[in-house]
Amino acid sequence: MDFQFTEEQERFRKEIQQFLDGELAAGNFKPQCDAWIEIYDPEFTKRLAQRGWIGLTLPREYGGQGLGPLDRLVLTEELLRYGAPCGAHWFTDRQVGPCLLAYGTEEQKSEYLPKICKAEVSFALGLSEPEAGSDLASVKTQAQLDGDHYIVNGQKVWTSAAHHQSHLYLLARTDPDAPKHKGISEFIVDLKSPGVTVRPILDPTGGEHFNEVFLDNVRVPATNLVGIENNGWKQITSQLDYERSGMERLMGNYPLFDALRKYVHRNTDRGKALSIDPVARYKIAELEASFEVGRMLIYRVAWMLDRGILPNYESAMAKLYATEFQQRLTDTVIAMLGSYGDLTSESKYAPLGGMAVSAYLFSPGLTLMAGTSEILRTVIAQRGLGLPSK
Amino acid sequence: MDFALSEEQKMLQGMARDFLQKECPKSLVREVQKDPSGHPRELWRKMAELGWQGLVVPERYGGTGGSFLDLMVLIEEMGGACLPGPFFCTTVLGALTLTGAGTEEQKRELLPLIARGEAIITMALVEVSDRWDAEGIQCNAQVKGDTYVINGTKLFVPYAHIADQLIVAARTSVSDVPESGITLFLVNRKTEGITITVLNSINADKQCEVQFHDVEISSDRMVGQSGGGWPVIQRTLERATVAKCVEMVGGAQQVLDMTIQYAKERMQFGRPIGSFQAIQHRCADMAIDVDGSRFIAYLAAWKLSEEMPCPREVSIAKSWVSEAYRRVTKAGHQVHGGIGFTLDHDMHLYFRNAKAFASAFGNANWHLNKIVNDDTSTDVI
Repeated sequence: MDFQFTEEQERFRKEIQQFLDGELAAGNFKPQCDAWIEIYDPEFTKRLAQRGWIGLTLPREYGGQGLGPLDRLVLTEELLRYGAPCGAHWFTDRQVGPCLLAYGTEEQKSEYLPKICKAEVSFALGLSEPEAGSDLASVKTQAQLDGDHYIVNGQKVWTSAAHHQSHLYLLARTDPDAPKHKGISEFIVDLKSPGVTVRPILDPTGGEHFNEVFLDNVRVPATNLVGIENNGWKQITSQLDYERSGMERLMGNYPLFDALRKYVHRNTDRGKALSIDPVARYKIAELEASFEVGRMLIYRVAWMLDRGILPNYESAMAKLYATEFQQRLTDTVIAMLGSYGDLTSESKYAPLGGMAVSAYLFSPGLTLMAGTSEILRTVIAQRGLGLPSK
Repeated sequence: MDFALSEEQKMLQGMARDFLQKECPKSLVREVQKDPSGHPRELWRKMAELGWQGLVVPERYGGTGGSFLDLMVLIEEMGGACLPGPFFCTTVLGALTLTGAGTEEQKRELLPLIARGEAIITMALVEVSDRWDAEGIQCNAQVKGDTYVINGTKLFVPYAHIADQLIVAARTSVSDVPESGITLFLVNRKTEGITITVLNSINADKQCEVQFHDVEISSDRMVGQSGGGWPVIQRTLERATVAKCVEMVGGAQQVLDMTIQYAKERMQFGRPIGSFQAIQHRCADMAIDVDGSRFIAYLAAWKLSEEMPCPREVSIAKSWVSEAYRRVTKAGHQVHGGIGFTLDHDMHLYFRNAKAFASAFGNANWHLNKIVNDDTSTDVI
């Protein structure tokens, strides 16, 4: 056993911190909750790309750094700790790069991976549909082969940042007659293709992150099929194991956590420092302990990936636990701030920079995206513990 | 980063599991529970043959010089088997303390006996205040010529009634700083003036009240420096706290395994109850508690094994694992239904241990308080 990062990894962490300190000093961003998903800042993303910090785990021959999942863990941990705006590249970096590396053709890898690393392309994820949420294998969007193109028709929903990104990583049905898990394929779709309509969905915070994407006779070159036709379900499930278990599940609202800890030391309630209030102390300490447990569950998955061990239930566990932690965090903050906790950032009375309200409003989404807590508990029980499905 | 045990540790784990399965069946646990000594002597002897009591005793004192982490591998398995008896106090409270702070004579005298399974050692620390900090130590030891005279009452002293030696914490000088003036003494249980009463408690572990009435101890029985006892106690307490967490991990894992097995076999409404989502989701939560407990406990154990300072990790582990093990045993009871709710079933053995272990070395609230006290978060933003 060994629960520390290597000296190189710690040096890397310092380097990232220095860069982010510089960005903060230059006023390039303001630490925000959920900034990895909600805040779109292509310029910041470009600056990360210049340092080689996008596609870190991709091989050097494709423009990456050839580093491991634990190195990427260090990077994401720092980006999240600083509440840095990563909405322009997070999904592309996290899963599209690794997925293309695993299943893409040589042409696809040579074309897209270097561009991913340079932040010249970015992907939205076209997975969920109105009738295919938790039951993702029920996707109805069809891709029919017509000569050297697929003709795609259908609708996607909750498509993260599709209104900003250049491409769509699409899950579509290629064999309508096969059992539902066996007729699905994955595609790269240029979002500028004729027939693509992107319509933003306002989330409860008023944020524009999710979208509906309508695909109306969109012609996708057959060379954009990723992996093997009708093998998409297998490909997507391993992809979901990457997607699920990142540090963002635990640290998405870390700026709020950090602000809360400072707040209880600085602020008083009826003349008494909150930090000596037994209830506040208990809640803060419980969050601190739970946070560290979440960190271990996420580190475990990164360590497994680093060792080439395929995560099974472990990523579901990490995601489930960590997002429920984040909800407890926002609940606790709201409860501690009293009426002030209701004030949005515009108010001069809003504590913690008004972060609490938007983090709280966004928090129900955390246990829905990338597998609801219910689906994940079922994954743990059936895949992890071997309980029967019927 | 490495979440796995070493190959040697995996071998030790497998060996311990097989041994305890065979030699420590629940029938023995129940027998020992009823026995006033609380000591499975035959099993104790067999464990000594395997070198377990001497695992962390240095080689030159007759042990095998294993690491703290090696000992954790054993203790996790013992938690799974609900092993009763003085192993924990003899190795963690006794051997580790003496190895760290004993005089050369004390080590030569006691460590080989411990390693051979011929000595039971415990530590008399906590008093009526149930405080696990320096302020809790109010027993005093006054100088009288070449001896010290100890007066006071200790509580929750594990296996004091059968211990050969007690490591006793007492105040040798008065100070405004609670951490100073505490001294440790090696006291033979049979010394005149000691009265020991076993406290009946929720599980098989024997916890005792130990009264000291003008107990005279020669000054060469001092462990460590006069007045310098607290750092020694702190070091032992951190290790004992984490070892208790690891013991809970072993128990929680066992409860989860038993529960999954039962959920697969038990038929109701024509199907195994484990196929119902209501049961599955409860089991998933148990699995999270088990894995979470394991990693947070081993994080602290590894740091201690590497001699890294980690009071925060120790308190995080104890606060979290104490609650998690109780949650797991409650859920285990719930899934087992009526069949688990009998004295004959094993579930209550774990349910009892979960409660007792949660209190040992400071309960969740105690450690949560410590986390905030030690909070030196230096985040940049």
